[in-house]
Amino acid sequence: MLKRKIGKIALGLAAALSAGAALASAAQARDLTVVSWGGAYQEAQKKVYFEPFKKASGLPMNDESWDGGVGVLRAKVQGGAATWDVVQVESDELAVGCEEGLFEKLDYSKIGGEAAYIPPAVNPCGVGAILYDFVLGYDKDKLKDAPKGWADFFDTKKIPGKRALRQGPKTTLEIALMADGVAPNDVYKVLATDEGIDRAFKKLDSIKGDIVWWKAGAQPPQLLASGEVAMTSVYNGRIDTANKNEKKNFGMVWDGALFTIDSWVILKGSPNKDAAYKFLDFVGKAENQSKLSENIAYGTSNKDAAGRLAPAVLKDLPTAPDNIKNAVEINVGFWLENIDRLTERFNKWAAK
Amino acid sequence: MTAPSATSANASIEMPLKRQLKRVERARQFKALGLILPLLVFLLFTFAGPIAGMLWRSVEDRDVRQVLPHTIAALAGWDGKNLPDEEAFAALVSDIQAARAAGTLAVAAKRLNYALNGFRTILTSTGRNLKGAPERGTAKETLTRINPAWRERATWTAIRDAGGPVTSFYLLAALDLVRNADGAIVSAPPDQAIYRNVFARTFLISLSVTVLCLILGFPVAYLLATLPPARSNLLMIFVLLPFWTSLLVRTCAWIVLLQSKGVVNDSLHWLGIIDEPLRLIYNRFGVCVAMTHVLLPFMILPLYSSMKAISPAYMRAAASLGAPPVTAFLRIYLPQTLPGIGAGSLLVFILALGYYITPALVGGAADQMISYFIALYTTETANWGLASALGAVLLLATVLLALVYGKLVQGQQVTGGMKN
Repeated sequence: MLKRKIGKIALGLAAALSAGAALASAAQARDLTVVSWGGAYQEAQKKVYFEPFKKASGLPMNDESWDGGVGVLRAKVQGGAATWDVVQVESDELAVGCEEGLFEKLDYSKIGGEAAYIPPAVNPCGVGAILYDFVLGYDKDKLKDAPKGWADFFDTKKIPGKRALRQGPKTTLEIALMADGVAPNDVYKVLATDEGIDRAFKKLDSIKGDIVWWKAGAQPPQLLASGEVAMTSVYNGRIDTANKNEKKNFGMVWDGALFTIDSWVILKGSPNKDAAYKFLDFVGKAENQSKLSENIAYGTSNKDAAGRLAPAVLKDLPTAPDNIKNAVEINVGFWLENIDRLTERFNKWAAK
Repeated sequence: MTAPSATSANASIEMPLKRQLKRVERARQFKALGLILPLLVFLLFTFAGPIAGMLWRSVEDRDVRQVLPHTIAALAGWDGKNLPDEEAFAALVSDIQAARAAGTLAVAAKRLNYALNGFRTILTSTGRNLKGAPERGTAKETLTRINPAWRERATWTAIRDAGGPVTSFYLLAALDLVRNADGAIVSAPPDQAIYRNVFARTFLISLSVTVLCLILGFPVAYLLATLPPARSNLLMIFVLLPFWTSLLVRTCAWIVLLQSKGVVNDSLHWLGIIDEPLRLIYNRFGVCVAMTHVLLPFMILPLYSSMKAISPAYMRAAASLGAPPVTAFLRIYLPQTLPGIGAGSLLVFILALGYYITPALVGGAADQMISYFIALYTTETANWGLASALGAVLLLATVLLALVYGKLVQGQQVTGGMKN
């Protein structure tokens, strides 16, 4: 009696398992899923990339958004249930994920060849999507004399009021050194020494009581708008969006800006690799990329994209020659090596 | 009838009765177990399993062993006093070359970089510059020529100590401790010793919020418990309202209220009470205010339910026996609310320990609680060992607190203060 029962249970289990397997294989046959950063940026992408791509290719696709973090990607891939195919990642996520084998190695022949892209956008695991800056942002309506650069940012006598910086050592230490007179090109040379790090923290000490720390990209425009801070470090696209959509009068300082590149990657083991390549090829084309820059002030990765833009649009982009002249690229290698140690040190300093 | 015979007769009847009782009791327990079995299985899978996984991750250390197996084996007999012998160098060369071909070198580099800052570069540059297999007996020469770091004892002890398969490295780091080259446990360098401070901060903020909730919540709960139902229901809706609003919305509302040109500062300025705006946000004050607001219902509800059960007759009796109101409250009413106070405080305290969004948005850099660091290491830097270790320490501290609380409450049977 009991034996027969156990047999029945085993049968039921087997049925349930095979049903589960069937479900899993159904999940495999899902549509292409593209993941980006949300907000105004993803709205622009929807308009100029996602919808036109669906029309042009006839392929179904979904888009989702995320907040970044290589831990998230690791969990997705190692968990074996990756529901994403193409993801837009920051440079450090690209480097670490590439090392950990979380991304497919890209075949550039399928996306227009390496020569079509600006050199820093070409990586074995990903292809550049946008180039954007951390700039000094301020409200033109509230500040009579515009700040010239990071040195003014640290000068509370000349420009009173609080300042906002991104919480954590990344970007903060570079900004402190530039404010202390280090040339943009030498920032990482100086930061690689213990004296350089001490120097950066010493500079931060000088305005410690006046700093508000922000954590999400949406906060700096809000802090400026509410008058909470006089100046802030901010993503250039956010300033542009606030000016366009909310009729703000924010200004930016390109001198000493920190730029970085976000890339598209294909997650390892994606069941939609062909569709993913078609998508990357589509968003890599100059005529599509130039439309993105018209909608949101980010530079793009195709060499010919900037040439298709009106001068009025180009002058507000990070990739405009005048704007990139004194900008420095955030050094991924340096931060991969030092982020844990300097995060600890930063928090030690903050708690003092 | 003599007394002894009576007792013996009693005893002979009692034994089977006892056994029967036990049997019935056991059957009842099995039935109860059967009823909660689905929940138990669910909890095992969704709660106990992941927690066990987290605890395991905080001591697991297999990356280096998998990537550099021969080196770890060669270092097993090394005394750590001088540089290892040629054999270890040769093993490392072959390991690095194999790992580079397999693309796994970065995994070991990442782990070793935690132990010795700069190890990532040492390993990747060595991997890049190793051309072909060196002559027999020249591995040491080759490696030290490529990178002088291989001449340092510390480089090799770092590899040996990361040999796994389990390690105390992460748990020690979560308590600001490290092992030095001789294997003794010492304090971490001052620049990196932050976690004890963060844990202390986390407990302090949680405690302040709990005390604030109790001070604010007690009178409200009393009012709710003593008003006629119609009015108390209306008030109850106000208490529950925060429950139905998103946490994020409530936190942002506090930003609007407390910022330097916010509602509170503007009102005070308009009334002429202040000239300069007060700093009410992006500091400890803002964190405590916002968290107290969010957690208040969790204090009020247990208090309310314990007060609802207290009969007003007790207080009337105390008054008729001549107790002044304060004495009656302290001796009669308060002791009966203790279970509610205990439950509410523990609930608020433990919820506050894990708070993340609110301190992240309304706190300064010096007000980030432990959950911020756990999230940082989980998602941003993918240092899951340290994230798990911090989680394990927090879990242990919380469990200890709950146990202490249990001990304290156990002696407090609700006797209305009659026992003392």
